[in-house]
Amino acid sequence: MAKVKKIVKSITIDADKCNGCKACEVICSSWHATPRYSSNNPARSRIRIVRLPLRDIYLPVYAGEYTESECTGRDKYIIDGKEYNECDFCRASCPSRDLFKEPDSGLPLKCDMCEETPALAQPKCVEWCHAEALIYVEREEEVEEDEQPKLGDIEIGLGSMIDKYGLQQVLDTVARMAKP
Amino acid sequence: MRYGEIGFDLEVNLSRGSIDRVETDPNDTKLYLGGLGTNAKIMWDRVPAETDAFSEDNLLIFSSGLLCGTAAPGSNRTIVSTISPQTKLMAYSMMGGFFAPELKYAGYDKVIISGKSEELVYLWIHNDKVEIRDASHLKGMGATATSEAIRTELKDPDIQVAAIGLAGENRVFYASIEQGRSSASRGGIGAVMGDKGLKAIAVRGTKDINVADPAKYMELCDDVLKYIKFRGENPIKGVPPILQGLGSPQEMAIVDEEWHTTNFTWGNSRTRRKDFWTHEIEQKWKQTQENVRTRLISCHNCPMKCGATISVPGLPTYMMKCYSKLTYTMAAFSDLDFGFRIAQKATEYGVDGFSAPQAMAFGLELLEAGILTLEDFPGMPEDTEGRFFYLLDKIVRREGIGDYLADGTYWAARRIGKGAEKFDHNTIKKHEQLPLKLGMLNPVYYLMYSTGEKINITQIEGQFPQEPFATRELREEFVKDWFQVPDEKFKKYYADWEPRGEMSNPYYPTPQMASEIVDWMEKMHYIDDALGMCAGLSSFPLKPPYHIHNYPEFVTAATGIKMTKDDVWKSATRTRTLMRALNVRRGMRRTDDKPPEDHWRKRFPDLEKELLDNYYKLKGFNDQGIPTKESLEDLEMGFVAEEFEQKGIYSNG
Repeated sequence: MAKVKKIVKSITIDADKCNGCKACEVICSSWHATPRYSSNNPARSRIRIVRLPLRDIYLPVYAGEYTESECTGRDKYIIDGKEYNECDFCRASCPSRDLFKEPDSGLPLKCDMCEETPALAQPKCVEWCHAEALIYVEREEEVEEDEQPKLGDIEIGLGSMIDKYGLQQVLDTVARMAKP
Repeated sequence: MRYGEIGFDLEVNLSRGSIDRVETDPNDTKLYLGGLGTNAKIMWDRVPAETDAFSEDNLLIFSSGLLCGTAAPGSNRTIVSTISPQTKLMAYSMMGGFFAPELKYAGYDKVIISGKSEELVYLWIHNDKVEIRDASHLKGMGATATSEAIRTELKDPDIQVAAIGLAGENRVFYASIEQGRSSASRGGIGAVMGDKGLKAIAVRGTKDINVADPAKYMELCDDVLKYIKFRGENPIKGVPPILQGLGSPQEMAIVDEEWHTTNFTWGNSRTRRKDFWTHEIEQKWKQTQENVRTRLISCHNCPMKCGATISVPGLPTYMMKCYSKLTYTMAAFSDLDFGFRIAQKATEYGVDGFSAPQAMAFGLELLEAGILTLEDFPGMPEDTEGRFFYLLDKIVRREGIGDYLADGTYWAARRIGKGAEKFDHNTIKKHEQLPLKLGMLNPVYYLMYSTGEKINITQIEGQFPQEPFATRELREEFVKDWFQVPDEKFKKYYADWEPRGEMSNPYYPTPQMASEIVDWMEKMHYIDDALGMCAGLSSFPLKPPYHIHNYPEFVTAATGIKMTKDDVWKSATRTRTLMRALNVRRGMRRTDDKPPEDHWRKRFPDLEKELLDNYYKLKGFNDQGIPTKESLEDLEMGFVAEEFEQKGIYSNG
C-alpha cells in the first residue's frame, strides 16, 4: 500500500489552566450552527468540560468516534489526589451517556477541527480559550493511503441510525417519509 | 421566533403549586430591553405599593438579561428582583456564574415566583419539564452543600443551582442567594426566598439560543475578545493594581491589599489604619492566600478569572470572589486566614459579605459601649475571632441577640434603643454600605451615594476615574484613547479636574458636570443589568470593552430590533426612572437621598443641595426626587404619572 504524507491535527489539553468558563462550548456550538453562528447551545458542542468545581476537576474533552456499545471498564484514576472516572477522559459518543449527541435527534457529534476552506489558523475553541488550556498542534505523519472512500455527512448519519434502529426500521421510515 | 431573548417566562405560584409557561410581549423588549428593565415593569404592574416583603403577593423574579447565553463574552448575569425586607424598597441584586444562561438554554428568560409554600420545596427546571419538589431533607443545609445534594439527587453535574442557606430559611434581612462561585447578596433577597419556602432553584437546559444577525454578532463578539486581550496586556497606569485591569477587582489573583486595608475602615466602619500594610503582612497574607486558593475560576463564557476555589485545610471547599475575603477580616481587626475561614461558614449560611460583618462589629461595639451587656451574649468566647463565629451562628439562627442583629444595623439599633441608633452610622436607606470614611466631599460620589437606586456604590461607580491624576499631562494622556465616553465633553471634564485648587473637589466637577458624569455611569449599569452583562467588562472598570457605542449594535444584531444609541440610552433612562418610581410609590423622597452622615468629614450643605437639584433636574425629577409627569410621558410611562396623580403623590410631596 502506498504511503502518503498527512497533516494530523490535534488539541493538547492543559487541564491545569482551564477555569471552566465554557467559552469553548459556546463558540463550538455557535460555529457549527446552521446558518453559521445563528445559535449556540453547549449541549450541541463537540467539546465539553467535565466541570466539578468543588473537587477542582476541570477537564475539557473533545468529541471523538461514535461507538455502538459501551465498554465494560469503569476504572477510577486518582491523579494529584483527585478521583476521575475513566469516562471523564473518554471522547466517544457512547450509549452510556448523553455527551456528544445532538440533543434533539440523539445523533452522534464529532469534532472536525473546524475544517473549512480556506483553513482557519486554529479551531474556534482554541481561539476563544484565553486561559490557554487548549493548544492546537499540527504534525506531519506518513500514513498508508486510505483506500476507503470518504463518507459524506448523510452516510455517517444514516450509518448511526442503522446501528441504533436496524436497517429495516430505517428503510421503512425513509419509505414512509418519501410518500407524498 | 424571538432572537437574543427566548420570549417565554416561567410563572410559578407556590401557594397553588401552579406552573405556567407564559409568552412575553416583544414590545416590552423594545422599551425595557430585558433583565432589570422588564423586572421593574413586572414589579410595577403586579406588586402593589403596600405589599410587604414577606407577603404572598411579593414576587421573587430570577431574570436573565437580553444577551445572556449568547456568544457575547461575560453575558451571564442573573438579576433578582423583589421587595427588600430591610429597605422596604426594591431590592436590586444580581449574580454572575452560570444560572442565567442555563435558564435560557432551558427555554425561559425569567422565573417569576409568587405565593408561598407551606413546606420547604425546591424547583427543578429541565427544559419543558418543571417540577416543585420536596426539600424537607435539605432543611438547614448549607447553600453549597444543597447545590451538591441536588446535583447528586438528580444525577447531573451540569445542573446549575441557586440556593439559600440557614440565613435565608430564617429570614435574615441580609440573607443571600448563593450559586456556586457567585451570589446575589444585597437587600435580603435570600430572606424572601426563605419566606416563600423555596430552598433552591435547579436548572438544566439543552436548547438553542438564537441571534438575528449571526455574522455581525460574531464580529462584535470577536472585537470584544480582542479588546479584552489588549486591556490585559495594557493595564491602566497610575492607579492601584486592583483598578488597572478589567473584571471585578482581582482580589483572588492579587495579594497586594494595601489600597483596601489602608483606605477602607476596620471594625464597625470606624478605624482607618493608614500604616497597616507592611512587608511582613504582605508576606504572611501572600502565603495564606496561596495556600488556600486552588484555582482561579470564571463565570459562563468569560475570559476573566475573578473567582477562586478556596480550600482551607480542615474545612469544606467553597468558592469566592472579590472583596469578601477582607470584609470579615477588617470588621474583626483580624487577618486574612480568619477571613477565609469565616467566609466558608458565611457562604454556606448564605449571608451578604458587606452587611453581615458590619452587623457583628456593631453588636460588639454596643457591648463595648455598655448598651448591651455580656448577659446578652451568653456563652460568647473571649477572643474577637471566636466572637464573630459565635455571632454568625446566633444571627443565622435568629437566637437571642442574633435575632436583633439579623435585621441589620438600622433595625437592630432601633429595636435595642438606649442610644444604639448612634452606632448605626454606615447605612443608606437602612442598608449597610462599604466601610469607607473619607475627608473631602467628592461631588460625583455624593450624588451616586445619595441617589442610586441600587443603594450600593460598587454597583453604580465605574467609567469615570475616582480621582484626578496628579498632572494635566497624565490626565491628557489618559483621555487620548478614551473612546468609551458617550460625549467628548467628558474628556475635558476629566482633563480639567485638579487634585487641589479651584478646579478640584468639592466644587469641581461642577454640579452640572457631576450630574452628567453620574448620569453616564448610572446608565451604563442600567444597560448592563438589562442585557445581563457583567459590570466587570462594562460599567465598572476604566476603559471597558462594552460601551454605549457598541451596545446598540449588539442589541440590534442579537434581537433583530433596530436600536440606535439614543434608543438604548432612552431605554436605560426609562428603567432608571421606573426604579425610582417604584421606590417613590413605596414612600421614598428627597430626605432619603443622602450618604451616611459621617462618610465625609467635610460637608457642604449648600453645595449638596445644588448637586441634588441639578441631578433631579437632569433626570426629570421634581424637587422631591419624584419623576415628573412630563418626563414620564416622554418615556412612554404615562401610566406611572396617572397612578401618582391618583394617589396624590405629587400634591402631598
